Amino acid sequence: MPELLQIQNIRKTFPGVVALDDVSFTVAPGEIHTLLGENGAGKSTLMNVLTGLYHPDSGHMQLAGEPVHFTSPRDSLSRGIGMVHQHFMLVPAHSVFENILLALDRVPQFYDRKHYQQKMQKLIDTFELDLDLDAEVWKLSIGAQQWIELIKLLLRDCRLLILDEPTAVLTPQETDRLFKVLRLLQQQGKSIIFISHKMREVMEISDRVTILKKGSSIATLKRAEFNADILARLMIGQDRIPEWQKNLQMSEKIVLDIRNLSVRNDRGLADLDDFSLQLKEGEILGIAGVAGNGQKALAEALTGLKEINKGKIFAGDMDMTHSTARASYISGIAHIPEDRKSIGIAPDLDVADNLIMKSFKNSLFRRGVFQNRRAIRRNAEEKVSRFAIKAGPEGSPVRYLSGGNIQKVIIARELSEQPRVLVALYPTRGLDIGSAEYIHKVIVDGAGRGMSTILIAEDLDELLKLSDRIAVMFRGRLIGYADPRRTSREEIGLMMSGEQREQP
Amino acid sequence: MVEILLDATVRAGTPILFATLGAILNERAGIINLGIEGLMLIGALAGFAGTFYSGSPLIGILAAFAVTFVAGSIHALITVQLRGNQIVSGLAMTMFGIGVTALFGRGMVGQTIGGLERLPIPGLSQLPIIGRPFFQQDLLIYTSFVLVFVLWFFLYRTRTGLALRTVGENPAAADTCGISVSLYRFFAVTTGAGLVGIGGAYLSLAMTPMWIENMSAGRGWIAVALVIFSGWSSGKAMFGAYLFGGITAMQLRFQAIGTDISTHILQMLPYVFTILVLVVSTIRLQKGSSQQPQGLGLPYDREDRK
Repeated sequence: MPELLQIQNIRKTFPGVVALDDVSFTVAPGEIHTLLGENGAGKSTLMNVLTGLYHPDSGHMQLAGEPVHFTSPRDSLSRGIGMVHQHFMLVPAHSVFENILLALDRVPQFYDRKHYQQKMQKLIDTFELDLDLDAEVWKLSIGAQQWIELIKLLLRDCRLLILDEPTAVLTPQETDRLFKVLRLLQQQGKSIIFISHKMREVMEISDRVTILKKGSSIATLKRAEFNADILARLMIGQDRIPEWQKNLQMSEKIVLDIRNLSVRNDRGLADLDDFSLQLKEGEILGIAGVAGNGQKALAEALTGLKEINKGKIFAGDMDMTHSTARASYISGIAHIPEDRKSIGIAPDLDVADNLIMKSFKNSLFRRGVFQNRRAIRRNAEEKVSRFAIKAGPEGSPVRYLSGGNIQKVIIARELSEQPRVLVALYPTRGLDIGSAEYIHKVIVDGAGRGMSTILIAEDLDELLKLSDRIAVMFRGRLIGYADPRRTSREEIGLMMSGEQREQP
Repeated sequence: MVEILLDATVRAGTPILFATLGAILNERAGIINLGIEGLMLIGALAGFAGTFYSGSPLIGILAAFAVTFVAGSIHALITVQLRGNQIVSGLAMTMFGIGVTALFGRGMVGQTIGGLERLPIPGLSQLPIIGRPFFQQDLLIYTSFVLVFVLWFFLYRTRTGLALRTVGENPAAADTCGISVSLYRFFAVTTGAGLVGIGGAYLSLAMTPMWIENMSAGRGWIAVALVIFSGWSSGKAMFGAYLFGGITAMQLRFQAIGTDISTHILQMLPYVFTILVLVVSTIRLQKGSSQQPQGLGLPYDREDRK
């Protein structure tokens, strides 16, 4: 079969860095081709070359046998290459209809609303998507927003769709739907380049996998030739990290006792509704649930960011429901927030300042009313080397760091005071396998020292691997607990959709 | 009696309406304009001078639009091209407007012009109650009626309007769709300023056909408040502008009748009301039913991806 896209020996350098060294791969019509590689392996750069944002230094690209040189994303789009970015380019205040219309070419000044609405609705029906054209985008789930991005590209007749980590923000159910749609597209002869870190998904959806490492394509494997171990070995150059030893003799001491908690959101609706949970000492308690079922409210209520409407939180015998008592205890709760850049760090401050944000009042970092810059710097050096943070030149703002390194800065800071409880909200979202493994290790090591963790995650594999117990949330309530040694993905999936289970 | 009061309401509300519509156009593209007060004065003087020298109020109106369009381009240059601080630039525009019109308006003080005449619409103008206030008015008032609809239609039913709103909501998204953020913002600011200028011209051509220093008397600030009150929509802006017009008309009436209440207190009423409106609409904004463009006040720089 003639290839739709051929990439040959692409090389791209930036001042001082070789981003892409030598990349070659092909995509056949109707193929789902996965690009696999750690962060920094060059996936984004490659996609930016492919869509015309960057110009390669050398190498060739052919589309349907013709050599092509794209000068801009619009250019590549007009030739049928479209990309769904990791961060959606949607206007939250606009309706779905308006967002899609914006992406279309040659819309007349006085456009026929009906005509375009019908065109969009036809696509929505074809793929059986659950999408209301008149709804404003900010009211929609992330999953639904992704459909909008996809429909935009389909309406422009793209032959090749590039999806950059589309499942990073999706629930298992939404991922299943996405894969169904991708297979349908495949049947229609569309080619898809799929970028992901999640091994299970790569295994499930790919016809072929190309592995990128340090800017080079090191292998392309067909379906029959790969399995998870081979891929992991090729990608990170080592065997899959073995399963963690589960904490079998769990202490029965309860460090946090949440009783009948209710928390309302800004619109006055219940985020947490009569929610109860008990956290034992040294335990990693996984929280499973479809995103938006109260996980964030739980984390924020525990860390003091959210007002509690009803219910109580006890730490041992101490009632820490209300602010003063909580404030004194909060220092014992470390928080890895969901949104790294906006609430996890102060983006314009440097690593050293971000690391002392919780402890700047500590006499260690002070000399009277002045800061002790030397101690602060020493602290930074120590943390940077202990947590293997790639911090860049001293004094440069944290926002220039990669996602994985920002997350490490947050974790280094949060764990520096030996917290009794860690509340981690999607701590590995968007991170490459290496960084994610590292964060897992930190959490498991902490458990060994007696730290209890509430781990809120969307990847069930991650939860099953790390957790001693899994609690499932649905519409702000606790549906039940599952034992990761005995449960299955299917069972948790059912509980996530609200089906009540007996507590083990 | 009601007819006269309504008539005065529409006439007092019209300059504020034009200014509010212009400011909405600015802010829909994401640019805050606190220079409305200054631009109104510039429009008032330009309109008066244009009419004075040409003898035609129509030329005066065009002059007001053209001069404020150019004046607005200063704000556009600073905020769009140079990505300066919109608040500071707008405040400077207000002070510039007050100063420059006082300086160049000295020759116009005490001069008289013909002013805008009423053009009754045959038939409709004979309707009871609404006939006089809505159909025995001058050209600019009719224009403002049409403009309210045109602005809504432009924003919500045309491709360019959609693009403009996108620029105001999420300039980065607009950029990726191939919409030139700076071009849209520039023309939104200048055209909006032009409309504000016509509002100013209404003061010196129709309400009181003469030039008085600082004659806008805070109406520009009322317009700034009305933009928030109206939730950035032209229909509600009309309602808001007439509400203020009504209060102004009422207090004038009170003064004419002669009450015991001090005229100073009566003259304060529209401004007291502005504060009330701001309090109420700010509470509404915080409740989450916000219509405020998300990109409002934020300069856009393609390279500055956060």
